[in-house]
Amino acid sequence: MNSVSRYFRNIWKGIWTILVGMKITMRHLFTPAVTIQYPDARMAIPERGRNRLYVNMDDCIGCNQCGMACPVDCITIDTAKSLPTEDLGVTSTGQKKRLWVTKFDIDFAKCCYCGLCVPPCPTECIYMTDVYEFSEYDRKNLVYNFTTLTPEEAEAKVAQAKEADREAAAKKAAAAAAQKAAQAQSQPVTQPAGSQPSAIQAQPSAPAQKSAPQPVTPPAAAKPETQAALVSQDPASKDDKPVNPNEIKTNPKDPTD
Amino acid sequence: MHNFITYYLGSGLLGSVVSSLLPFVWVMTYALVAIYLELKVSAHMQDRLGPMRTGRWHGWAQPLADVTKLMQKEDTIPAAADKALYVLAPVLVFVGSYAAYAAIPFSPAYIGSNINLGIFYIIAVSAIVVLGILMAGWASNNKWSLLGAMRTAAQLVSYEIPSSLAVLAVVMVVGSFNLNDVCAAQSGWFWNWFVFGKFPFLFITFIIYFTASLAETNRAPFDIPEAESELVAGYHTEYSGMRFAVFFLAEYANMFTVAAVASVLFFGGWNSPFGTFMSGPIWGVFWLISKGMALVFVQMWLRWTLPRFRVDQLMYLSWKILTPFALFNIFAVGLWMVLRG
Repeated sequence: MNSVSRYFRNIWKGIWTILVGMKITMRHLFTPAVTIQYPDARMAIPERGRNRLYVNMDDCIGCNQCGMACPVDCITIDTAKSLPTEDLGVTSTGQKKRLWVTKFDIDFAKCCYCGLCVPPCPTECIYMTDVYEFSEYDRKNLVYNFTTLTPEEAEAKVAQAKEADREAAAKKAAAAAAQKAAQAQSQPVTQPAGSQPSAIQAQPSAPAQKSAPQPVTPPAAAKPETQAALVSQDPASKDDKPVNPNEIKTNPKDPTD
Repeated sequence: MHNFITYYLGSGLLGSVVSSLLPFVWVMTYALVAIYLELKVSAHMQDRLGPMRTGRWHGWAQPLADVTKLMQKEDTIPAAADKALYVLAPVLVFVGSYAAYAAIPFSPAYIGSNINLGIFYIIAVSAIVVLGILMAGWASNNKWSLLGAMRTAAQLVSYEIPSSLAVLAVVMVVGSFNLNDVCAAQSGWFWNWFVFGKFPFLFITFIIYFTASLAETNRAPFDIPEAESELVAGYHTEYSGMRFAVFFLAEYANMFTVAAVASVLFFGGWNSPFGTFMSGPIWGVFWLISKGMALVFVQMWLRWTLPRFRVDQLMYLSWKILTPFALFNIFAVGLWMVLRG
């Protein structure tokens, strides 16, 4: 190909490719735009999209499984035991509710929207919604308060649970004391019968003798203690720190919106 | 028109002022429309929507908002700038662009100055723009501005040659530099237009003129003087507020000037495409403006189609393609006239 024909071919190619390009741009001039006019029109959120969490407190049993699953610790749950006389109802999955949830805060400033809190929930009451527009001017406003109890009510429930605990502990202590007293009473009765004459003589063999009733007594003595331990393991006083009602913030926004 | 205004106002000076401001009214309205058109055309060619909020209906008030913003903006003059030249440059650029409107025949009855050398005057007065741009680039005391200005000077001077030669071919056919005569020579139906005359030579001439005029208005694909990705904004890098707006206005005024000249030279100017149907002094304005706006649209269309030229490609196109073809066209048209009249 000599340079003259290359020159003309170049010009022809230039004109032709410009026309091809103009055809493409003209076609795009009349294709509908892909823009979504955001505040007026919104893209559909994917079915399994992870956005703002919502907690259906009617189903919450206060088990704190979600809080434990949370990698950033943005869920804070405090509970108080209900009295045996109180009936908290049943969740939609049929579980009986036993705890007053005095505090259920989710800090969306911390939340990383991983969704790890959703699967552990036994009653499926914490789930992702499709709400993603909840910016705030103050970071504190991103702490959402889901509990249905008012701060005063929560305070009352905590106090009531504490009172119940104290009463139970007092009862247990009284029972234990009574049992001990009974044992102490029964021992003097049995001992004089068997070893009263050899009391001084039997001193060296006392450990062997003591070991016999001990398997009986420690469970009796330890029982109230282990029960107390069980109580303290309860979510209600898990952190061993008293619930400060001032810490429960009422969110100005309705968390259900 | 000028005589009528003068007669109506009863004073020669006042009449001259009013009739010389008439195209300015047009340029201002046209600039607003063209800015809106540019925003929308560019957006839709890229499958976007462009401005949609300002003024509720499809962002129609966006250019108004832009102009208001530019007027409010602080007018900064760099400390190291040559103040006098810096202030003078945008005025000079706009004067160069606006002066061309004096010889554009908006209708058979309205032409700013019905001089014999109409098109020659337009080419000559447009050259002032180069001076203004060089002035702006030099006075800004900024390397990008200076580079942009030098590129502009090289580009405008190179492309004036093919565009003038292209105009010359038409002038040979008409036998007059007066743009009113050029229009009158194409009266009748649209097949009398010069794009279809002496086929294909005047059509090639039109392509040459249009390409060269794109380069003269500094628009893509010939926008290397203000190439954003290389030179920030070229010669108007340092300008802000109203002074920048004047540059912008001058560019848009220039776009319409070359489009109007192209429509006068090749598309019959104020002539109706359908013989005597819808023709007359008032319709003349309509036809010239719609033809001009159609060509402005083509300029925008090309802008969003083609990538920017390299400087060597720019010079190659001007000196090795457009200029030889324009010369050949003059020869071919001349031969045609000698042989077939």
